[in-house]
Amino acid sequence: MVEQPVDPRDEGALRALVPRVLAGLVRRGEDFDAAEDALQEALLEALRVWPEHPPRDPAAWLATVATRRLVDARRSQAARYRREEAIHAVPGPPATVEAAVAVSPGASVGGDDTLFLLFCCCSPDLAPASQVALTLRAVGGLSTGEIAEAFYVPEATMAQRISRAKRTLRGRRLDQPGDLAVVLRVLYLVYTAGHAGRVDLAGEAIRLTRQLTLATQEPETRGLLALMLLNHARRAARLDPEGRIVTLDRQDRARWDTREIAEGVRVLQSALALQTEHRRPGRYQVQAAIAALHDDAASVEETDWPQILSWYDDLVALTDDPVRQDPAAVLGRAVAVGHVLGAAAALRETDRLRDVLGHRHRWHAVRAHLHELDGDLAAAATAYAEAAHRATNLAERDHLLRQATRARAAQPASEYARAGRRAHERARLDGEGLGST
Amino acid sequence: MPKFLLLKHYRGGPQPHRAVPPMDQWAPQDVEAHMAFLRHVGEVLEESGEFVDAQALTPARSWVRYGGPDAAPVTTDGPHPETSDLVAGWYLVDVESHERAVELAAYVSSEPGPGGEPLYEWIDVREVMSGEPAQD
Repeated sequence: MVEQPVDPRDEGALRALVPRVLAGLVRRGEDFDAAEDALQEALLEALRVWPEHPPRDPAAWLATVATRRLVDARRSQAARYRREEAIHAVPGPPATVEAAVAVSPGASVGGDDTLFLLFCCCSPDLAPASQVALTLRAVGGLSTGEIAEAFYVPEATMAQRISRAKRTLRGRRLDQPGDLAVVLRVLYLVYTAGHAGRVDLAGEAIRLTRQLTLATQEPETRGLLALMLLNHARRAARLDPEGRIVTLDRQDRARWDTREIAEGVRVLQSALALQTEHRRPGRYQVQAAIAALHDDAASVEETDWPQILSWYDDLVALTDDPVRQDPAAVLGRAVAVGHVLGAAAALRETDRLRDVLGHRHRWHAVRAHLHELDGDLAAAATAYAEAAHRATNLAERDHLLRQATRARAAQPASEYARAGRRAHERARLDGEGLGST
Repeated sequence: MPKFLLLKHYRGGPQPHRAVPPMDQWAPQDVEAHMAFLRHVGEVLEESGEFVDAQALTPARSWVRYGGPDAAPVTTDGPHPETSDLVAGWYLVDVESHERAVELAAYVSSEPGPGGEPLYEWIDVREVMSGEPAQD
């Protein structure tokens, strides 16, 4: 491979080197956490040195500097623990037995470094929050501060979460193949965490998943990438300038990213092309197909609901007991049923989920939508209000409240007045007047 | 500078100055005005350099206590008496004085309700204990 010069100001290009270099160090036998720390220091050094002295081979440069740091760290470790004990007069962390691995020059670096590192970071021994944090740091190359900001926790908390995760992996043999399904789930978690502050986690998840598609032929990896792209394409239309949620049926479709949609469709088709009689498309491919059908409609009226319903049939068929194992799929299918077979049939579908999802806002929100589809605005308003009451996200809560008031106001005048009077009576009786938050 | 929590409640506190129905029963434009005002409060506090934090809480509540050795925690998920306090959210502000905190709380309480008229909602103002001993 011909090395392209890396501009140190190009953070993306610099971070793209991280998995390769880190994988090289870990494969050589370095401890995962020590190697990761050393590489972070090497990256800082690169930002300082490269503008004046650009390296010929950036990855090799990083590996060399990181290795030097590892050697330094091992030399000074014993001394440091002694010093800390003397200064603080408290026991320091127990001196770890870091095997001084001899540096073998020219250690081979395979092409599947990203996959290897993802398996390390998504070890089933780690909790999902730790898998996510470690993946963003070790594979994504984000700083602890950036990850902390993205998840709204103090930096010290995130630093602790990451170092605990790395301690868990310490001494673990990292050469067995991992579970790709766990890796995909972690990447999807990163995607759905959205973005806050300077870091666009959704964009980061897409970048990492794209890298992963280069390392594995598994169609579900491409399915996940397609799903992310096809949803991400709508992001600009999803919120209005005041930050209010705009539902799919009201979005300005001119603001959808047609290039991202085209790429998503292409990736999805390449995944679906690999299916056989015995190997049906997995859940990410099916969900991507549903997203593609939404993206494909030039207007909400042109949405191909029968096709969407048939993909939902495939989705719920992936589990033996979909109501319990994949209630979200059954709920999504109910919406499609509403548009194909009518609201009454769809509401009956949601009845099956009452025990499993009845306490969640989404179940009430879907029922509200179906009541509205049915023209029963009073029932829709009540269900929207119930959904708002149960929402756990501020933007969604505000959206559901708006939907409730909109449905109520759209009722025929006489009904509206009656409902309003009833509500007023109730408020006066129970003294619960403060509907504001 | 002292920090104060300006607490909003779903219920509890003194007798409401103005009885209003739950928010989902308001006219859509009144809800819109109310939400716009709360966004505005956040902006005002950031602008003035007094903002520390603002959070909203869901109304679901569980009381939990230690169950004793070898026992599961004891929890009650309700229903709770309608008279009990239920915090809805807060602004945490870093201000010059208690007077300034009261001024801000009154401003929050002027938020528009049904018909665009102020809600006169009671705001619970609480001082946060400082972590350092006084210098004097």
